[in-house]
Amino acid sequence: MHEMSIAQSLIDIVRDEMGKHGVTVLKSVRIQIGQLSAIVPDSLSFCFNIMTSGTDLEGAELMMEIIPLRGVCKTCKVEFEIKDYAFECPECGSPKIDTISGQELSILDMEVE
Amino acid sequence: MKVSVVKNILAANDRIAQENRALFDKNNLVVFNLMSSPGAGKTSLLERTIDVLKNDLKIGVIEGDIQSSHDAERIAEKGIPVVQINTGGACHLDGNMIRDTFAEFDFNELDLLVVENVGNLVCPAEFQVGEDFKVMILSVTEGEDKPSKYPLMFRESKVLLINKIDLIPYLDCSLESFKKEALKVNPDLTVFEISCKTGEGLDAWCDWLRDQVKTRK
Repeated sequence: MHEMSIAQSLIDIVRDEMGKHGVTVLKSVRIQIGQLSAIVPDSLSFCFNIMTSGTDLEGAELMMEIIPLRGVCKTCKVEFEIKDYAFECPECGSPKIDTISGQELSILDMEVE
Repeated sequence: MKVSVVKNILAANDRIAQENRALFDKNNLVVFNLMSSPGAGKTSLLERTIDVLKNDLKIGVIEGDIQSSHDAERIAEKGIPVVQINTGGACHLDGNMIRDTFAEFDFNELDLLVVENVGNLVCPAEFQVGEDFKVMILSVTEGEDKPSKYPLMFRESKVLLINKIDLIPYLDCSLESFKKEALKVNPDLTVFEISCKTGEGLDAWCDWLRDQVKTRK
């Protein structure tokens, strides 16, 4: 249940950014979660709601965008979606794959007042 | 008003992990993060590894568990420095917890530091602690489907130790299938097949580890 630690880190960043911009109301925050990252979106949302309830951030919406796992073949350079976590090029069969997306765990932006 | 942030959510942990790493590097210390599910044999592996290497290398251990100090007591019996971290519920170690143990060690006196993470195939993979590389153990009784069920940990690891190979005759799967499934998720894995019970395969793993330290010195 590391979603609690992640929710805490997210809230720390949000508070820090709100302070920098001199705003006091958080309406929503938008984050990206890569498919390969070991995050359960429902758990993260649950933790975020619990940790903000009863605080000045209560009611803020957490919007999560799931980023598919994509790779590029080091041999034939083709880009493709990695399905079922099989890291193999669908064109040439090479196992030498660099992931180009799917490991994100980032905050994008937030709607504030 | 929309405020753009674009920041890794775990940036604070990553920063502490980098600071830890800088300190380890300064002391020419090789550090690995040992991860597996509960009961796969992390502490048994350390006991065996220490027995083989303790005359050649000066080893320290950080033991992470949710509760109890059983594992640290087992390691302490080998006469090497060990610090127990009790996470009190958290399912993983993070950079800050590791930093809090530093006062207990004299890094100048060590060649190798092992961080034994909390037994869990999911959460520890997300949190850097400042390690040079990650090592994971998969025991054969867990089943060969684990790499595709928990891909991040297999992706993040440099070494995979397939443990309890002495039990293969009693199972409905082959050692080859474990290796194949793991390499499908991460073809760059260095794989060792071992049994902490019989000692099979441990010399190859210990030789590899000795080489890592030698390269660093």
